[in-house]
Amino acid sequence: MLARARARGWRAQTPRGRAAALAPVLPSEVGCCYKSAVREGRDPPGAMVHAFLIHTLRAPKAEEGLCRVLYSCVFGAESSPDDGRPHGAERDRLLRKEQILAVARQVESMCRLQQQASGRPPMDLQPQSSDEPVPLHEAPRGAFRLAAGDPFQEPRTVVWLGVLSLGFALVLDAHENLLLAEGTLRLLARLLLEHLRLLAPGTNLLLRADRIEGILARFLPHGQLLFLNDQFVQGLEKEFSAACPR
Amino acid sequence: MFSAGAESLLRQAREIPDEELKKFCSRVSKLLQKEDVGPEAIDALQRLFLIVSATKYSRRLEQTCVDLLQTTLCSPACPEQLQLLCAAILRERSPCDSLRLSCEHVQNARQLSLVASVLLAQGDKQQEVRSVGQHVFRVLESRQPEGPSPRPLLPVVTKVIGLAPGALQEDQTNLLSKRLVDWLRYASLQQGLAHSTGGFFSTPRGRQPGPVTEVDGAVATDFFTVLSTGQHFTEDQWLNVQAFSMLRAWLLHSGPPGGPGAPDTDDRSELEGSTLSVLSAASTASRLLPPQERLREKAFEYCQRLIEQSNRRALRKGDADLQKACLVEAVLVLDVLCRQDPSFLYRTLSCLKALHARLCGDPACVRALLPVAQFFLNHGEAAAVDTEAIYQHLFTRIPSELFHSPMLAFEFVQFCRDNLPLFGRSLGILKLSFPNLFKFLAWNSPPLTSEFVALLPSLVDAGTAVEMLHTLLDLPCLTAALDLQLRLSQAASERPLWDASLRTPACLEALRDSRFQGLFQHLLRAQAAGTTERLAPLHQLLQPLAGCARVVQCAEAVPTLLQAFFSAVTQFADGALTTQLALLLLERSDSLFQVPQYEARVHRVLSSQFLVLCKLHPSLVVELAKELLEFVGSGRGIHGTGSMLTSVVWAIGEYLSVSWDRRCTVEQINKFFEGLEALLFEVTQSRPSATLPKCPPQVITVLMTTLTKLASRSQDLIPRVSLFLSKMRTLAQSPATSSMHGEEDAGAVRTRATELLNLLKMPSVAQFVLTPSVEVSQPRYHRDTNTALPLALCTISRLAEKEAGLLPG
Repeated sequence: MLARARARGWRAQTPRGRAAALAPVLPSEVGCCYKSAVREGRDPPGAMVHAFLIHTLRAPKAEEGLCRVLYSCVFGAESSPDDGRPHGAERDRLLRKEQILAVARQVESMCRLQQQASGRPPMDLQPQSSDEPVPLHEAPRGAFRLAAGDPFQEPRTVVWLGVLSLGFALVLDAHENLLLAEGTLRLLARLLLEHLRLLAPGTNLLLRADRIEGILARFLPHGQLLFLNDQFVQGLEKEFSAACPR
Repeated sequence: MFSAGAESLLRQAREIPDEELKKFCSRVSKLLQKEDVGPEAIDALQRLFLIVSATKYSRRLEQTCVDLLQTTLCSPACPEQLQLLCAAILRERSPCDSLRLSCEHVQNARQLSLVASVLLAQGDKQQEVRSVGQHVFRVLESRQPEGPSPRPLLPVVTKVIGLAPGALQEDQTNLLSKRLVDWLRYASLQQGLAHSTGGFFSTPRGRQPGPVTEVDGAVATDFFTVLSTGQHFTEDQWLNVQAFSMLRAWLLHSGPPGGPGAPDTDDRSELEGSTLSVLSAASTASRLLPPQERLREKAFEYCQRLIEQSNRRALRKGDADLQKACLVEAVLVLDVLCRQDPSFLYRTLSCLKALHARLCGDPACVRALLPVAQFFLNHGEAAAVDTEAIYQHLFTRIPSELFHSPMLAFEFVQFCRDNLPLFGRSLGILKLSFPNLFKFLAWNSPPLTSEFVALLPSLVDAGTAVEMLHTLLDLPCLTAALDLQLRLSQAASERPLWDASLRTPACLEALRDSRFQGLFQHLLRAQAAGTTERLAPLHQLLQPLAGCARVVQCAEAVPTLLQAFFSAVTQFADGALTTQLALLLLERSDSLFQVPQYEARVHRVLSSQFLVLCKLHPSLVVELAKELLEFVGSGRGIHGTGSMLTSVVWAIGEYLSVSWDRRCTVEQINKFFEGLEALLFEVTQSRPSATLPKCPPQVITVLMTTLTKLASRSQDLIPRVSLFLSKMRTLAQSPATSSMHGEEDAGAVRTRATELLNLLKMPSVAQFVLTPSVEVSQPRYHRDTNTALPLALCTISRLAEKEAGLLPG
């Protein structure tokens, strides 16, 4: 069987990328065979997380206020869009901020629609008690795709999690392991809620950047999703607690 | 939690005046210059971070302050908290022109990683990424075996190759591949030592660390992987985790043909096959990259072991989740390996076939089925595997059972969309499974609408178009039925996914009622049935669910999907299919599930698409004469927006003519004339009442115009229509009409009646204007001033205006 494949030039045409599958398809091309289809493109160079963000989720009926990004971290930088306009550093930064805000708004509306659809009572913004653990496995969550050019140059996937009035989201390269990303996002949310005591009244996420950064540096270094089993997670948590005492 | 306090803090940070920021910066500078940097400095830096990050516009910070941030970041003695903050502030400001940071002198791995995070955020205008990559590699190379761990540097490498694939040299790539082999395959099987705090009571019992265990608690049977566990870990075990986490990206980067930038595989093989390659044997041999092949071999073993380990019953919930993620990753890596070196295919196939069988019986691992299916899509043909059964299982069972999982739904649809070019012969199964795929859409419409807009053109063909259009129109009904199905099923009783506030016992009973069983089965079918069923009885039955948020959301998505459907179908539809679809539009226009605003939104799309179909195949007006007359005669669609009726009447006026279809007869025109005349009479004579909403003026004007058009083609009718038009004009002037329709609307009706009356005074001109020959749409008629059209139009408009001007009021 393999010999047959070889004889047909299999090796010579070793496909270089799954990205070929992403190429837009005309109906007439659909029937094309395996080799020619897989050969063309190449894989996305890296499969990592592009950005992490925390933002507000407003109550479904509340129209006042805006969706606020409370924290965001972009890992690396996309190259500037090729639109022929001059690119100052300032404009590039503005663009990055706008991209993150665009993601936050979409997550907020996705989360709201999901909440409405599942018929849950509108989220109570303030938890009753800070001692009550937040059931992250039941928190609203989802994923959606961002087409290339809107708002990022590359196509991306957003994985999000809504916990009370906070939205957590990972912006992923298009072909990341979604199960791992989901698990990582849940882990990050749990760590942030616990170590920043986000549910206790009066705590402020806005002035806790060192802790958020400390957690990200360990659990999502440079946007790398990690395969951490329970014991590794505990080990990293201990290391974090030692480095950033409360 | 985000509170009013936080909001005001955010505002303060945004609105801080330049003067104050300047002062604050110098305070930060002073704090950073102190020898013993305390909590005060950390607090100040946290505030500075907020000020910089809270606005999308750049903040001007004092240069001394920025310099000090960089110095602090690079200073070896600085506590981590402070470094994290400095890095975060510098990263938040990026890209920034005034950065002087360099990683050249940083040796500490953790610190270097932080500096790199700032530098990589600058973009890659001057090859910054490459220089970061090179420096990180120098540190990796120079590392002493007993020195600090390179663990923090590996993610930097992954990021660098992601941002700039050509940043590493070949020997560097080889070196890292060798290291990865060691980390992946030869990590210690003994647990690490606890870092004893040395307290008085923590008696170090001098116990030897035990062996690592599997996730189910058994002693590890083979080499260490990310699914091996213990109390404490050694450094090489930590590196094992890092190495596996970056493995797939690294394989893709370093795999044949020697990384991006090298010549294409095809070219290379030609080279190898020619005499030239014999001459340059040495260089070819050096490109064979044994370290890469060795890495692939070890990666293969690692994945095999993960697949075996993921079958164990994990003691902890977190580990059970990780098992699934590992399973997905293992299959993805195996896919890469087989693509890079087909000799793996044999060994992988048996393993993946067994895995597939195992996964089919384990609903908890259903998401790992997608990468397995992906594998068979990529390699099924080469490996001569009959993949049909795999897709059959995938498309038939999973959507019906698990449509309610948002993540699975997204992944499943993305899988279909991404692989369209690969399905080949199996595309038929995908196409036939559209009713099942639509379940994902019906339940999760907000994130999936755009995915289906992209997917629809590939799903629809001449054979399924009619059935798919019905299904799309019934999509909100499907949502409601799925809701009922979930309520009934015992399996999903873990938590309420549906709107628990709605009680629908009558509906639930109906689902079991034998009279409706057939209809429900049709609505919930897994594959295209080839037939269509009238679901109107179900509309009634499911009405209590029509107000559900999920049903409403789905209804909102339908118009967009219809647009996508029609733009795909009109690419290939022949006359027969076009006629069939037009007929379907007529039938379904008053047979829709009653969701608030659904009908009006759908009608807007259907009416415009009806015109598109007519334009595509004008003969359909003659072919469907009977049905159109019936539609008009029934008076359906007068009320509401009347958009469907308007389109139908307009299409009759436009295309019921010998010039479009020879089969069109005078009798036919007369028949339509009578039908429309009766309708116009009914519309205008009906007294306004509270129960019936008024008829929109567009319907009245388009009726008048169409009657005039028909009269211009069968000129015996001219006296009749003229009489009618003058009546209309009088009627529109009456205060009763004005009060019913409003002055503006009545005015529009009056003007149109006057214009048409004037045109009809010269029947030949009327015919020319109202039934232009097909050539008129050619550009020549509009560009060339000597052709008749512009001239005629000028004359007509002058005539029409003049006559209008002569009239009173």
